Amino acid sequence: MRAKPVETGNVVQLEKIGLRYGRGPEILQDISLALPAGSFHFLTGPSGAGKSSLLGLMYLALRPSRGRITIFDRDIARARRFQLPALRRRIGVVFQDFRLLDHLSTLDNVALPLRVSGVPERDVQKFVPDLLDWVGLADQLAAKPPTLSGGQKQRVAIARAVIGRPDLLLADEPTGNVDDSIAMRLMYLFEELNRLGTTVLVATHNEALVQRLNRPALRIEDGQVVRA
Amino acid sequence: MKGIGAGRTDLPLKGDATSRFLPWLVAPMVFLSAVALAAAFLLYALIGRWDRDVSGTLTVEIAAAPGDAAAAADKTHAEVETAIRLLKDTPGVIDARALPQAELAQLLAPWLGDRDLLKQLPLPALIDVSLRADDRPDLAALAKRLAAQVPDATLDDHRVWLLRLIDLSRTVAVLAIVIVALIGAVTSATVVYATRTGMAVHREVIEVLHLIGATDDYIARQFAGRAFVLGLEGGIVGLVMTAPVQLGLGLVARHIEGGFLSDLAMPPLGWAACAVLPVAAAILAMVTARLTVHGTLARML
Repeated sequence: MRAKPVETGNVVQLEKIGLRYGRGPEILQDISLALPAGSFHFLTGPSGAGKSSLLGLMYLALRPSRGRITIFDRDIARARRFQLPALRRRIGVVFQDFRLLDHLSTLDNVALPLRVSGVPERDVQKFVPDLLDWVGLADQLAAKPPTLSGGQKQRVAIARAVIGRPDLLLADEPTGNVDDSIAMRLMYLFEELNRLGTTVLVATHNEALVQRLNRPALRIEDGQVVRA
Repeated sequence: MKGIGAGRTDLPLKGDATSRFLPWLVAPMVFLSAVALAAAFLLYALIGRWDRDVSGTLTVEIAAAPGDAAAAADKTHAEVETAIRLLKDTPGVIDARALPQAELAQLLAPWLGDRDLLKQLPLPALIDVSLRADDRPDLAALAKRLAAQVPDATLDDHRVWLLRLIDLSRTVAVLAIVIVALIGAVTSATVVYATRTGMAVHREVIEVLHLIGATDDYIARQFAGRAFVLGLEGGIVGLVMTAPVQLGLGLVARHIEGGFLSDLAMPPLGWAACAVLPVAAAILAMVTARLTVHGTLARML
């Protein structure tokens, strides 16, 4: 496993970011925010406000129409294509729609970040079952995603996002399909990672969860981000 | 392959309908390439054999003398004796012997038929000359001396005939290379199409792999590995398909009269070139798939 670098400044910095799809209207306007290293934030806001798009910019799936994004002190607009995979490996993402690979087993789905990083197979076979056991899926190692329930898929997606001990964890509605007790258990996992140095940003509708964890929240409304 | 693990791929390429047809396209390509190569090597070997055969011999032809048959025969006989003496005195000549009329008649029988008719025709006399392979005489000087002593004699070292065949073999060799190159280009184009289609089908999987940090090469290696296996499968089938053609050619050659093709056999280099074709097709497919994936991914974020 890779040694965790210590981040001192901002892990993510957005300066006057604008985003539009095609020729449509700008859904994000002049967004400036910073996520300091080791911070834990929630991102809230109504449906369609642009939470997923904002996360998409941060995990390098989207390019802004304007403005500047700096991640791990690297200006993304100036980053060369071959430099992006190394940046992405430092980011764990829980997608709202899970984006699990249906043809792979639970174990292989969770193992993907380790394998693309070149982690030896014996370590993969050791770490992945341990984590799946922790999220309550020890008996589903060989199961394929189409046979899992929504909650089980969500836990597989979370396990995949955290298995590589990312420096930045971006989670898009990670508790939308699980009951409260499992939601809290997953949040504790995020907090544990945060204590170990991972910067965490969780997009959620769940106001109760936000209040219960008592972490700072950013609210996105009308394409703008405000502190909640 | 590095980073993929033994037999495991992250992309579901094995059950991919778009690539399943690839071996069935590679097979005829390898078949055609093998036939083209085999034809070129066989012709090359054949001409090499003819070259060896004729380089140790030459023929002196003495035109039949005109006039009264008996007198003409005596004159021709005298000229043959003179020519044989001159030839035997020439360094580098092992032997020189006049071809008996009966043997000459036997050679001409398939074309002229009736032996009685042949007796009436003013046939030339032929002298068969054997030469040392390592010490061939100066043929130009020999022809000059022969012309001085026996004006009716002409010397034929078969070179003109052979040079035309050598030109033909070179043309066939170039043609075979062009055919193999064209087949290679068509195979590459097919692999490009199959790879791009596969990438379109698995676009979502590729996106996920990208987003979790997979490099372009990590993804390209998976497509390349699959293309190699499919190319090799098709190549082996194509090579096996050439076996009946090779056997058929051998049978036909054995039945051709005159002994021109009776020992027609592909040289070891030809067999090696044909045996390498499936691997070459597999490597071509692998490299093409890898470059295609890199080129296509370079247009993504």
